[in-house]
Amino acid sequence: MAGVQVSNLSRSFGAHKALDDVSIDFADGGFYALLGPSGSGKTTLLRQIAGFDFPDSGRIAIGGESVERVPVEKRRIGMVFQNYALFPNMSVADNVAFGLSVRGEAKAIIASEVQRALDLVQLGKLGGRRPHQLSGGQRQRVALARAIVTKPRVLLLDEPLGALDKALRVDMQIELKRIQREIGITTIFVTHDQEEALTMSDRIGILRDGRLVQEGPPEEIYDRPKSEFAATFLGDANILRGDTTGTGIRLVDGTAIAAGAGATLAAGAKASCAVRPERIRIATDSGTSDPNANVLRGQISKRIFAGNNSTYFVERDGQTLKVIVQNTGIERLAEGQEVVLRWSPESTVLIAAN
Amino acid sequence: MATTRILEWLGRLYIWVLLAFLYLPIIIMALMSFNVSPFYQLPFEWTKEWYASLWQNDQLISATWNSLEIAIITTIICVVLGSAASLALFRYEFRGKKFLQALLFPPIAIPWLITGTAMLIFFFGVGIGRGLFAILLGHVALALPYVIVVVSARLQTFAPELEEAARSLGANQWQVTSRVTLPWIMPGVIAGGLFAFAVSFDQFVVSYFLSTPGQTTLPVEIYAAIRKGFTPEINAVSTIIIVVSMALMLLTARFFKFGGEK
Repeated sequence: MAGVQVSNLSRSFGAHKALDDVSIDFADGGFYALLGPSGSGKTTLLRQIAGFDFPDSGRIAIGGESVERVPVEKRRIGMVFQNYALFPNMSVADNVAFGLSVRGEAKAIIASEVQRALDLVQLGKLGGRRPHQLSGGQRQRVALARAIVTKPRVLLLDEPLGALDKALRVDMQIELKRIQREIGITTIFVTHDQEEALTMSDRIGILRDGRLVQEGPPEEIYDRPKSEFAATFLGDANILRGDTTGTGIRLVDGTAIAAGAGATLAAGAKASCAVRPERIRIATDSGTSDPNANVLRGQISKRIFAGNNSTYFVERDGQTLKVIVQNTGIERLAEGQEVVLRWSPESTVLIAAN
Repeated sequence: MATTRILEWLGRLYIWVLLAFLYLPIIIMALMSFNVSPFYQLPFEWTKEWYASLWQNDQLISATWNSLEIAIITTIICVVLGSAASLALFRYEFRGKKFLQALLFPPIAIPWLITGTAMLIFFFGVGIGRGLFAILLGHVALALPYVIVVVSARLQTFAPELEEAARSLGANQWQVTSRVTLPWIMPGVIAGGLFAFAVSFDQFVVSYFLSTPGQTTLPVEIYAAIRKGFTPEINAVSTIIIVVSMALMLLTARFFKFGGEK
């Protein structure tokens, strides 16, 4: 087991900068998600750490040892591929045994280690099957068992749940997390699914156009995004734009919005405030329960009922704000109704204009 | 209903006519190899005389061994070189790769008569001359593109992530190839090998150009024998070859399902 340090890593393909000066410290035993849209460089970064491709410049260390010029087969990593990449000509047990077998381990050791790994992923009885006889979820587990049976220093997962349907994906998220905790392996997980990143990882790195946009625990990135991109890519956010007052912004119509967190900016600069849809309270009257609250008035243009919650789209000064309300009662607001939106400054993040 | 039945009947008829067209001449030839009359005369009278005299025909026997030897060596060389070339074309990007791939097809399309003439002139020019070694070189050159095309087609169905997965598990290049890639392309390699064998064993034109009177292959020897005067020994040796090669084909098809995924 070992941590992974990536420092000032750059990699270009022709004129395209796939990775641009990326530095991340993956702590020993942590579960780390690399999140970003397609083309953001997250898979390139994972393949660099794996050793399928070498960087133009920068350093990669696994357990303190520089590996950026070490080929993949010598890096002692475990990898789970998007489409599982199980060997079709081998049984499940032989698939899992592959890494130990190419290393020349004794047959008896291989057999017991393979059984242990299959038991860990709850496929103890299916060793004799062929990959094509398994369901998607089972193949996923075999791929995981195959990757961890060699006791790698780091486990790399390339969108491993992407091919599964929604219900199975949630099961596998829990399962993957359980197994990761059980063996305590440093895990780096590439995904474009923000929910997956939020629920599974200890830390998230958001990438965009080959650069690391923001990095930290899920709560921190969610509560204090440093850019509009981070705010809208990880979760939903309403973005209000204006001139900064130092502690908030002033909208074009003069309304002041107070922010409780975020950047410190010189007054007068262009800036924006981000607020999560579920942090906004929506009401028809202008009761003044909290004198410090940010207040905006608008008109409901659309309502989407989703059972346990409702999403309201509120038109205000040419901008549509999104508000999510838990349906704790049966009272609902109607489309077309005039409403007052209120949220606390603590739920408001000041972001420098980009 | 009536039209369906007529169509069904026509379909069956078509299959039988096709099979007859393909196999009737061979069956007649095989039967005549057991007939007393050397001139295809009926009624049929059973004899094993032609097989017995075939056994005495040293020229025909030595030509048969030459053909087998050359075909087997050609197959081995082409399978090894062709599979290696296909893997290289599959794995690596390099300058002129497309050009190289395009160059594979003309040798298949160029008439053997022309290739044979060119080889004869070239082999004389470089001092190899004619003979069994020249024939072997010629056959390898003719058969190699077939193997590369067949193995490459099979490789198109191979997922490159499998090689990456094997490497990530610590396998070196040799282990990746022998334990992951080769098992997958094996049906293609065997099909390519059969092609190479057939191209060599059937080869008349190029062999004819490159053989010398003492050193020749079976097709050339059969041609020479027919020109001198036909004997049913030719029927006998052909029958043996057909039986052996059909048995080989059926065995191969039994153990390697061609075209199938598994």
